[in-house]
Amino acid sequence: MTVLVIAEHDNHNLKSSTLNTITAATKFNDEIHLIILGNSIDNLINNCQSLQEVSKILKCDHEKLENPIPEIMAPIISNISKNYTHILAPASTFGKNLLPRLSALLDVTQISDVIEIQNNNTFVRPIYAGNAISTVETNQQINLLTIRPTAFDKCEESGGSASSEAIQYLDTETNTKFIGREVSKSDRPDLGNARVVVSGGRGMENSDNFKLLYDLADKLNAAVGASRAAVDSGYIGNEYQVGQTGKMVAPELYIAVGISGAIQHLAGMKDSKVIVAINKDAEAPIFGIADYGLSTDLFQAIPEIIKELDLLNKIES
Amino acid sequence: MKVLVAVKRVVDYKVQIRVKTDNSGVETQNVKMSVNPPDENAIEESVKLKEQGLATETIAVTIGDDKSQDVLRTSMAMGIDRSILVKSSNTLEPLAVAKTLVKIIEKENPDLVLLGKQAIDDDSNQTGQILSALMNWPQGCFISELKIEDNKLLISREIDEGIEKLETSLPAVLTCDLRLNTPRFASLPNIMKAKKKPLDIIEIDTLGIDTESKIKVLNVVEPPKREAGIMVSDVKELVQKLKYEAKVI
Repeated sequence: MTVLVIAEHDNHNLKSSTLNTITAATKFNDEIHLIILGNSIDNLINNCQSLQEVSKILKCDHEKLENPIPEIMAPIISNISKNYTHILAPASTFGKNLLPRLSALLDVTQISDVIEIQNNNTFVRPIYAGNAISTVETNQQINLLTIRPTAFDKCEESGGSASSEAIQYLDTETNTKFIGREVSKSDRPDLGNARVVVSGGRGMENSDNFKLLYDLADKLNAAVGASRAAVDSGYIGNEYQVGQTGKMVAPELYIAVGISGAIQHLAGMKDSKVIVAINKDAEAPIFGIADYGLSTDLFQAIPEIIKELDLLNKIES
Repeated sequence: MKVLVAVKRVVDYKVQIRVKTDNSGVETQNVKMSVNPPDENAIEESVKLKEQGLATETIAVTIGDDKSQDVLRTSMAMGIDRSILVKSSNTLEPLAVAKTLVKIIEKENPDLVLLGKQAIDDDSNQTGQILSALMNWPQGCFISELKIEDNKLLISREIDEGIEKLETSLPAVLTCDLRLNTPRFASLPNIMKAKKKPLDIIEIDTLGIDTESKIKVLNVVEPPKREAGIMVSDVKELVQKLKYEAKVI
């Protein structure tokens, strides 16, 4: 009985979603192996060897894995899968893209977006945008799970001494070519694991107004998020979308600005510890789940909040 | 180029769902049902391909009971040429759905298969990926842009970090994001016309695939309720509360 975790990384650093997935893997009380497929990943492997919960790293280092596509990754993982009872990947776009292919190759049904592991074959997952919670049981030889990162803490990154072993690269013929990636560069914390998230909705009215939120986010060392309405309207990029078809977040503080609170948006943020809603429509559904609601014009409120925060900082220093 | 679109009948996205009192699932009787939203984007894209002269024929397929004919009629009212209902009284898991679609592909020989990226009921986000692997065809998931030049597909797909661009070729399986296009409304004349378009029915038992559930649902419950907090009167009060009461700033 050994658990395999599929690492999400950029050839240099592990994505934090992998750390949450490793914590989920510890629930099986078994040995944990981490598989890393990439190109020139010696440094990454070295760093991962100190992950506390991991006993072995399986590495597949090949130039064709620089920007790997699932068509190539899935057969490599499938090839070693018989050694494992559970194979886990984060429920990020990386894991969602890859794990179902493994489900096809292994002929087992995958369980998506697991938020709780009750025992070796009983799992809890949200359905209907989190408006219902389903507990499921399976008796398959191999359990394939994608793990919702926000439902599990990050594992310790130091203190471990995992061994490392190279595994075979299998070449899969494919017509698919990686062309490029448009990634927004930002010094702000990552939306998926920021302590504070400031999100804007349709009420922001345009992309220039989002600058107000960037200023507020910088004061709070927060990540910026958005509702689908704001992304669809072109105010901000798709990578900022919080909700059922976007990202799931669960920060300590979520500030929803000009967001009415459609159930699809609530699905992505209602597990936040403290929710603040600022909206001029006092009837907006977002107030129904907010710990602190402020019904006012956001264009006045946000600069005022920034001013208040500056004042607080001054008092403290 | 022949295009196959897979659609699912789900509880309408505007409906506030109710968990059944015996905790066996979610109430779907006497609830408004619709085409799964990202499947509408798949329908729209295929109809656009036909209008651009790139697609020669568009076919919609769904799996479900007789009531599922309504989502096929909607698909045809939006411009799909004809449709297939694979009749099944059981709810299928994504692996079984993909295996069913393989049989339809073998029968219809499409060059392109379009699906929504996830169904908003079970939120699995698996079927397109599994289908692509079973067919051993290229996979393009969560696409927000599609260009077809000759036999070449240029895809933009939405990933957590932003946008990824891939080039691939037909035949292929693509799953559509909500931002791929804006699905059209079916006009009344088109709804009338759709009633006359061909709708074939295939019994799932005749396909010879394993549709048995591999996962047993033990129970379905409502999530813990989040109670509304308080309304504050101004920014000053808000910041004070966050600082000294919630202690999060």
